[in-house]
Amino acid sequence: MADSFDLVVIGAGPGGYVAAIRASQLGLKTAIVEREALGGVCLNWGCIPTKALLKSGEVYDQLGHLDNYGLAVEGRSYDFTKIIERSRKVAKQLSAGVAFLMKKHKIEVVDGVARLEAADGAPRVVVAVKAKGERTLTAKSVILATGARARVIPSIGLEPDGDRIWTYREAMVPGTAPASLLVVGSGAIGIEFASFYRSLGAEVTVVEALPRILPVEDEEISGVAHKAFEKRGLKFRVGAKVTALTKTKTGVALILEAGGKSETLEAERAIVAVGIEGNVEGLGLEALGVKIDRGHVVIDANCATNVPGLYAIGDIAGPPWLAHKASHEGVACVEHIAGVGGPHLAAPIPGCTYSTPQIASIGLTEAQAKKNGLEVKVGRFPFRANGKAIAAGDTEGLVKTVFDAGTGALVGAHLIGAEVTEMIQGFALAMTLEATEAEIMATVFPHPTMSEAMHEAALDAYGKVLHL
Amino acid sequence: MSTDVLMPALSPTMEEGTLAKWHVKVGDSVKSGDVIAEIETDKATMEVEAVDEGVVEALLVEEGTEAVKVNAPIARLSGGEGATAPTPPSRPVASHPPEGGDKEVATPTALSSPSGGGGPRSGGGGDTAEKPAGDRILSSPLARRVATQRGLDLAAITGTGPHGRIILRDVEAAVPSAKAAAAKPSPAPAPKSAAAAPEAPRQVKSLEQMGIPAGSYDLRPMDGMKKTIARRMTDSFRDIPHFPLTVDIEIDALLAARAAINTLLAAEGVKVSVNDMIIKAAAAALKRVPDANTSYTPEGIAFHHHADIAVAVSVEGGLITPIVRAAETKGMAQIASEMKDLADRARTRKLKPEEFQGGTFSISNLGMFGIKAFASIINEPQGAILSVGAGEKRPVVRNDQLAIATVMTVTLTCDHRALDGAIGARWLAAFKSLIENPITLIV
Repeated sequence: MADSFDLVVIGAGPGGYVAAIRASQLGLKTAIVEREALGGVCLNWGCIPTKALLKSGEVYDQLGHLDNYGLAVEGRSYDFTKIIERSRKVAKQLSAGVAFLMKKHKIEVVDGVARLEAADGAPRVVVAVKAKGERTLTAKSVILATGARARVIPSIGLEPDGDRIWTYREAMVPGTAPASLLVVGSGAIGIEFASFYRSLGAEVTVVEALPRILPVEDEEISGVAHKAFEKRGLKFRVGAKVTALTKTKTGVALILEAGGKSETLEAERAIVAVGIEGNVEGLGLEALGVKIDRGHVVIDANCATNVPGLYAIGDIAGPPWLAHKASHEGVACVEHIAGVGGPHLAAPIPGCTYSTPQIASIGLTEAQAKKNGLEVKVGRFPFRANGKAIAAGDTEGLVKTVFDAGTGALVGAHLIGAEVTEMIQGFALAMTLEATEAEIMATVFPHPTMSEAMHEAALDAYGKVLHL
Repeated sequence: MSTDVLMPALSPTMEEGTLAKWHVKVGDSVKSGDVIAEIETDKATMEVEAVDEGVVEALLVEEGTEAVKVNAPIARLSGGEGATAPTPPSRPVASHPPEGGDKEVATPTALSSPSGGGGPRSGGGGDTAEKPAGDRILSSPLARRVATQRGLDLAAITGTGPHGRIILRDVEAAVPSAKAAAAKPSPAPAPKSAAAAPEAPRQVKSLEQMGIPAGSYDLRPMDGMKKTIARRMTDSFRDIPHFPLTVDIEIDALLAARAAINTLLAAEGVKVSVNDMIIKAAAAALKRVPDANTSYTPEGIAFHHHADIAVAVSVEGGLITPIVRAAETKGMAQIASEMKDLADRARTRKLKPEEFQGGTFSISNLGMFGIKAFASIINEPQGAILSVGAGEKRPVVRNDQLAIATVMTVTLTCDHRALDGAIGARWLAAFKSLIENPITLIV
């Protein structure tokens, strides 16, 4: 087996495997090294399996509200083991799909743990191949796509203990559903697990150090989400600093400080979701002199690191820690390496939280836009005024648009409600095409759909809303 | 694949011409620049060059054929390099002549036409001919809007988006680079702009080529109004055989009449300006001398039913000519109020197209700037334009005695195709008489 390649990709998550496919399409002889499972965290322990869990929770939730639709069902119940099994099956299916794609594109998959060594040109990749000793790969270019993992803070007990304190990983495959749960951190991961376990009936409290939940979202959306989740029975402690998380005889105890007072919360289980750290260790990056800043590899617009021939994409290269950002960078990076890409295009990256209700956003929040010195025009349209939403019984939430008043550029869009994660790409397309309010207004939205609220929110920003 | 060679428009107003002579025959190979035919118009005979390479497959129009419509296929080139020619143009059918004006050379496969003196026409034609149907500048909506807001010409901006699309960052980068040009010597963007702008009336040399170094000036891109003025004035001055007729007119009686009118009608809020009276007098003179209220068209001279007087109004960044319609039917008070409204809206650029397009006669008054006399450029398709100088006290000879009178000098620039000198002179005599005897304005 030849060990000389045009490109070696380290890490087969949504950044790495997509980069490898694109490289193969462009005629590069490509190898991909994966230490665990093809598809990375996204397919195996993140995006995909959580969506399977959340769907189970959502359907179960709906069963509790069937009377809204004139329906009734006797004896609502769930089998937790089967819910988890289904989630694992979905992940496995997709991972097998990636294996197929690698084979189809004649990408050599190397099963092992990689580290880099200095060499003429791009660094050499030394792989500790599982149970087969070492193998050295040389390549003209190397892409680091090793991803990230849950941030832990051992000093105050915010680390998994293999039993009652979980990260996303343990939270995805527990033996039983907890009756009560503490979630530390109210970002997308924390909120999704909180939403899932609440659907199954757990008493869930989310603790957030910042003054509001979903801190990266638009403040208004955070507020609407907070109320919507509370209506579902979730409890929140915002502006609360965790000082210690410990195990008790029956579960866990969390000591927090809020408003100058100390308080202790107890529950059966706790999930630590306080952020993400890049997987930069064990790769030999320090020896190569790769520039690293706060746990992430520093890259330029073409995803190049400061070491010639070495690139980094996705989570290891910094936020936002999103699969689609990794894939996008992977393609752009490979096209740059192959010399086929045009100038780098900075496309806005949408973010989605798949809770009930869902949250989706892109671009600047209203506050960020103002902070950037923009004079803004803001539009809102609530789903309670949308025909399809009323018919479907999904009237919670709204669409909010933020335009630059000076140019009419759509600079941000923020949605909360049912299936908004399927709608955000409309705004993503508009922003990538550099639409102004005029093009969005001139676009015909099908009736009846929830997407009409997107149109109305744009109209509203310019005082032309129709159905309010 | 074969490509049709179309009848070229040798001037903006040309709609048809005579195919005087073929310089090639079927089977000849031609390459770009070869003279392939002579076209005769009412004005001149011109040689026509091939734009594409290829082999002459067919001559579709016989030598000596008259009235060949512009854009009608006249020959067919086949194969060779010609196959790389841009997409065949949509062909206006012969019975549907294109409107004059913008469409100098309407299609990419049309022939360029160096005129006898190597005049500017060849440049305009050649430019357009080299640019295929993709003349459209690819740009994002936001890029277009910001470019408009900043007065930048998209044609001068290089796109870095997909397919060379101009995106916001390109427009944003365009501003500093223009400024940077002033700071450090770099190729002036001027030639690029001129080459790429389809509106550019002709290929101009860059300032650098003409000895003005880059960095010694700031380049301010032209907005749509400036471009329109540049194109229309060039076309007019180049294509219209124009001549000026100048006359002095005493306006003391007019000034007295104006004072009387404004005093008597002050209670009604009427305030008539000298210019309003000139509009009225011009309209009345056009009614008396209808031969002067005409437009040249290839089909004949158009005698307009009404005197629609276009009045040049200076606005920020250019000028515009709002129109007082059927001014011969309107009283001075009405003209005054209409003009005030039109001028106000002209300055805020709120005029509707129909309010500044389609007059039959123009007036340009630079009297308020102290200009004594000037000759304006005709506003196509009008037959004439009146240039009004400042009214000033001058010595005049009256009964062989020197006397003082307030005199203004006016110049009528005429399109010789529409009216000749005698008609212009008759109109000026009528106008002078109306101004000097303002009471007749009420007749």
